Amino acid sequence: MAQIELSDIERVFKLGDSEVHALHAVTVAIEAGEYVAVMGPSGSGKSTLLNLLGLLDRPNGGTYRLEGRDVTTLTADEQAEVRRNRIGFVFQSFHLVPRLTAAENIALPLMLAGVPLAERAPRVAEALKNFGLDTRADHRPDELSGGQRQRVAIARATIMRPAMILADEPTGNLDRATGQDVTALLESLNASGVTLIVVTHDPVMGGRARRRLMMEDGALVADLRADAASTP
Amino acid sequence: MTPADTLRFATRAATGYPLRTALMVLAMSIGVAAVVVLTALGDGARRYVVNEFSALGSNLIIVLPGRSETGGVGLGSLFTSTPRDLTVRDAAALLRAPDVQRITPLTLGNSEIAYGGRLREVLVLGTSADYLGIRGYRMALGRFLPREDLERASSVAVLGATLRDELFGIEPAVGRMIRIGDRRLRVIGVLEKSGQGLGMNTDELVVVPVATAQAMFNTNTLFRVMVEARSRDALASAQRQVEDIMRTRRDGELDITVITQDAVLGTFDRILGALTFAVAGIAAISLAVAGILVMNVMLVAVTQRTAEIGLLKALGATGRNIRLAFLAEAALLSLAGALAGLALGHLGAWGLRLAFPVLPAWPPDWAVYAGLGTAIVTGVLFGVMPARRAARLDPVQALAKR
Ligand SMILES: Nc1ncnc2c1ncn2[C@@H]1O[C@H](COP(=O)(O)OP(=O)(O)OP(=O)(O)O)[C@@H](O)[C@H]1O
Ligand SMILES: [Mg+2]
Repeated sequence: MAQIELSDIERVFKLGDSEVHALHAVTVAIEAGEYVAVMGPSGSGKSTLLNLLGLLDRPNGGTYRLEGRDVTTLTADEQAEVRRNRIGFVFQSFHLVPRLTAAENIALPLMLAGVPLAERAPRVAEALKNFGLDTRADHRPDELSGGQRQRVAIARATIMRPAMILADEPTGNLDRATGQDVTALLESLNASGVTLIVVTHDPVMGGRARRRLMMEDGALVADLRADAASTP
Repeated sequence: MTPADTLRFATRAATGYPLRTALMVLAMSIGVAAVVVLTALGDGARRYVVNEFSALGSNLIIVLPGRSETGGVGLGSLFTSTPRDLTVRDAAALLRAPDVQRITPLTLGNSEIAYGGRLREVLVLGTSADYLGIRGYRMALGRFLPREDLERASSVAVLGATLRDELFGIEPAVGRMIRIGDRRLRVIGVLEKSGQGLGMNTDELVVVPVATAQAMFNTNTLFRVMVEARSRDALASAQRQVEDIMRTRRDGELDITVITQDAVLGTFDRILGALTFAVAGIAAISLAVAGILVMNVMLVAVTQRTAEIGLLKALGATGRNIRLAFLAEAALLSLAGALAGLALGHLGAWGLRLAFPVLPAWPPDWAVYAGLGTAIVTGVLFGVMPARRAARLDPVQALAKR
């Protein structure tokens, strides 16, 4: 049993009279601990796929089994619980709460999960240290560089020790060098066993993934493994 | 999410946007302050009147000629022609009632008073020796009217303190002869200064025996008879005895009105109480307006923080978490506004008391609690809609908002 099993997923957006097939007959299985890059032209449905994987959106058809459990039929609150405990998100635009400090942003998932204050502090401190942010704990997002902001976001995504990290163009707003740092950071997390699924336009970053899902017009057109891709 | 975290998160959100928070707190506080100040004013007026009346003495019965000025139309009044005079004899007869302690008749009129070259208008009160005790006044100099037959028109007068100053200046007044109208009277005493009072001001008065005043104004009827019951408990029975005596003196027909202190007080108490209540109601409207403001500000906050709400949902927040966070924020803002308004209102009431020292302008407890309660309830009620809107946001679309 794979960690993620999508079969015949359909996602249709209705805009007035016209319909947009953002996803069409997507079937894919991803094992725990995999490193997957989702690639394709703009508008091909990459973000839509990631949102479905992260239970932020529901498909119009097909089934999504996460760790053996059909999650498409869960109630909103049950889905929230799955997101809280199993899934970490990293966004292109960081999505930090501007009025909260770095430490408070990292602590948000713990707070939502109802972890007591006393238990939170050491976990946040440890995360700050692991991500090289110890000296930035009390800084607000607007006092941090782009790379630091994304590191705060990644620290926040991992603080609950999720089973998978979903990243939608995590380096899209960063310069090349910082982008590479962030990529390396995500890869090190993957090395420790977390499933990593990254949407990217960057062929370099995509090339580092062991598996690439190529999308076009809402359909999965290629599923390339690293060993196959590396052989010319 | 624990309640403590919800509260902490809401507090950070409120303090994170200081200008917005300040404006909302201000709007709410003005509403609450209005309730506090206006009720302080209304209740102050009520207490002022009640206190003034209580100072008259609480076991007092007042008899006035004519049927029921206050009690509406009775059956008797349909058959009555002009009321008969209320005479000094009537007043004296009331002393026969077992529960009556003392009585004093009152006659009033305007005249001119003269001493030396000085002449001025004056209000003349004709009464008897017991007036001093019944009203609880004190003498500054000399003695009050002598205890004598009510129908004896002695030529003596007692002056109010201000009147004495104006007529005599630094000269001694007691023992001097003054002229009122065309009568010459000897000054036998001066009343102690009593300051302001409800109704007449004794400082400007000249007091003469009732028969003297009646002769002066050529009248037989009395303005009023004040009757003092033996005790507060005897008030009702004394009132009944007074009515019985008067009825027998008038061939079974009661063409006078008997009112007690309590009845007058009760009426004023009710009128001014209702006034305070109405004023509080009007002030509460400003609270409702503040409530609508809370709603708008919270709706703007939801729009402003759409991306944040999307993020919280991605991080695993349930709709309930988000609803409670926004509700708590609205409640906190209202509470802060209410407390600020309370402080502001008490400041205003204090200012009122400074400006009008005679007015006990303290806001009544009920108004304070009602003001606070209304503020918080409207804040929370009007916070529900924005909070629900926030909780229902679609996370994907919310996250896409910048
Ligand atoms: N909420 C929506 N309503 C209507 N159409 C939508 C909505 N979200 C996405 N779409 C459409 O679905 C298609 C796929 O969108 P999606 O955002 O998944 O593309 P993408 O591959 O992530 O593109 P990009 O690389 O530009 O981010 C697009 O044609 C888009 O217009
Ligand atoms: Mg996209």
